Amino acid sequence: MPKTLAEKVYDAHVVRSAEGEPDLLYIDLHLVHEVTSPQAFDGLRAAGRTVRHPELTMATEDHNVPTLDILKPIADPVSRAQVEALRRNAAEFGIRLAPMGDRDQGIVHVIGPQLGLTQPGMTIVCGDSHTSTHGAFGALAFGIGTSEVEHVLATQTLPQYRPKQMAVTVDGELPEGVSAKDVILAVIAKIGTNGAAGHVIEYRGSAIEALSMEARMTICNMSIEAGARAGLIAPDQTTFDFLQGRPHAPQGADWDAAVEHWRSLRTDEGAVFDTEVVLDAAQLSPFVTWGTNPGQGLPLTERVPDPADFADENERRAAEQALAYMGLEPGTPLREIEVDTVFLGSCTNGRIEDLRVAADLLRGKKVDPGTRMLVVPGSVGVKLQAEAEGLDQVFVEAGAEWRGAGCSMCLGMNPDQLQPGERSASTSNRNFQGRQGKGGRTHLVSPSVAAATALTGRLTAPADLIGA
Amino acid sequence: MDAFTTHTGTAAPLRRSAVDTDQIIPAEYLKRITRTGFEDGLFVAWRTNEPDFVLNRPEYADASVLVAGPDFGTGSSREHAVWALLDGGFRVVISSRFADIFKNNSTKSGLLTVTLPQEQVEALWAAIEADPATPVTVDLQSKTVTYGATTVPFEVEDYIRWRLLEGLDDVGLTERHLADIEAYEARRPSWLPRALPVLGG
Ligand code: SF4
Repeated sequence: MPKTLAEKVYDAHVVRSAEGEPDLLYIDLHLVHEVTSPQAFDGLRAAGRTVRHPELTMATEDHNVPTLDILKPIADPVSRAQVEALRRNAAEFGIRLAPMGDRDQGIVHVIGPQLGLTQPGMTIVCGDSHTSTHGAFGALAFGIGTSEVEHVLATQTLPQYRPKQMAVTVDGELPEGVSAKDVILAVIAKIGTNGAAGHVIEYRGSAIEALSMEARMTICNMSIEAGARAGLIAPDQTTFDFLQGRPHAPQGADWDAAVEHWRSLRTDEGAVFDTEVVLDAAQLSPFVTWGTNPGQGLPLTERVPDPADFADENERRAAEQALAYMGLEPGTPLREIEVDTVFLGSCTNGRIEDLRVAADLLRGKKVDPGTRMLVVPGSVGVKLQAEAEGLDQVFVEAGAEWRGAGCSMCLGMNPDQLQPGERSASTSNRNFQGRQGKGGRTHLVSPSVAAATALTGRLTAPADLIGA
Repeated sequence: MDAFTTHTGTAAPLRRSAVDTDQIIPAEYLKRITRTGFEDGLFVAWRTNEPDFVLNRPEYADASVLVAGPDFGTGSSREHAVWALLDGGFRVVISSRFADIFKNNSTKSGLLTVTLPQEQVEALWAAIEADPATPVTVDLQSKTVTYGATTVPFEVEDYIRWRLLEGLDDVGLTERHLADIEAYEARRPSWLPRALPVLGG
């Protein structure tokens, strides 16, 4: 029977299946960070269990990291205790950890691909919903809760129910200035914030195939914002070229064997998807969210919607609550919304390509005097690369802040936060109430919209800058 | 894990859709390394900023069943959301649709998620708003929700129901299949990556 890519990867990892029970799936790589793991390690200790495969496990510090004083002990005692717990657990159970100050440290979903640990056809989990990022390589990668983290540590497997299959096809050519972030925001606006519940999404079509690995990661990263279990893209030459020569990529004869296998990881002709969504790349434009979930987005050329125009009562109420929180009036052109802060970073858009796009727009210009811009590389590796290319200088000369690697202002767990009522244009993935700090208001945007917005202090597309 | 068989309590109507786990418990409460004591973070922004928020109203203060709008538990995979609901006195959440990870997490700690059609959620909202003291019984044995003269059935995977009824934890169950795991491990391609430091890299 013809199979989808996700079904192939899933089937290749079934350890055991029995009628009326979930399948037991083998996990090839388990990524760990400080927030969702301490209770899992405590559980192991309480039951007298060990980590079954420390060598298939990798830990990093990211969520609590202060991006200004990255080489000093964390000032907040609660954050410090959490990071120290991870250090103790990694040492006790023999797990490799990239702590602050290590050249491999960074956001968990940035370092996996960077090190070449993320490879096609693997199953990858992490106690973090954006694990879907790794699907960009044709891996089946999904977020899990802390009890499941404990389960994977103890057994290297996870009980799973077979997911439904969704195809999101984007054909055609993306217009100038339209990026992967705009594609995925448009997809989420179309299917809704939980519209892909129960599904794995495969992104396909000529517009997807034309994307770089960084851009593919941006798309797969936000699969969870549509409610999907995972999102993936079939591996191709772009994938292989990205991986070759990375520290953990196979070498020599192993590389050839791996590539041969990876080439088989494509959805078969005639495979059936439970749900299909189609977008025309040529119709897409820079996208921005106006509300408090990632599905509440529109092209930047539009206006803030009127809740009265929503037919569904739940959606109308959600729009009313969102506008009240965001402090927005229906009918306001999105391009007139003024922001206080621009955040460029996160596991969605904190990679080298994202920084290059933004730096190109900022080069030789100045950030609007009323606007603060924070540029946070997703990993130490990205930081060093950007500095080697002189991008840090571009940002600093434009008046932006150049920081150390971490989750930073993606979530209010470290010192980088919005103040109550403050408004941001952010390249991260969640515009939930309070996500970037208590009372903060978030508009999700692409790196180029973030940079253009920093220059004007209002939500701005790069095309708007011409002649400005 | 505590077993769940049947539960009777009063219910609170949460008329909001797409309640994400950042609302259930914000990130700053996730710095703790314990598994309990998260009740202070439960819906804290809404409890603090909205005097009229349903859980601030005395008639719903003791509710142990939460009846929410569609798409409950979206966003972050934080299991702390489940722990915070349990610590806050909830044993059941009812919605017309849940986010996958939240729903899965809830099965690990004995919080029951019940999916009912939206019309039935609306009917239940109407009943508990008319009389907040209405007892609601959620019976996992018979797979029914009962309040007043109304009884509605709900679906749950047999395997998950069995685990919840027995209060079994997954790791112990999986360890019974160690031989299968070892057999699988023997078949894995040797070129798959290992996370140990690359020497000389
Ligand atoms: S950058 Fe944001 S979304 Fe990504 S792992 Fe960190 S906190 Fe989560």
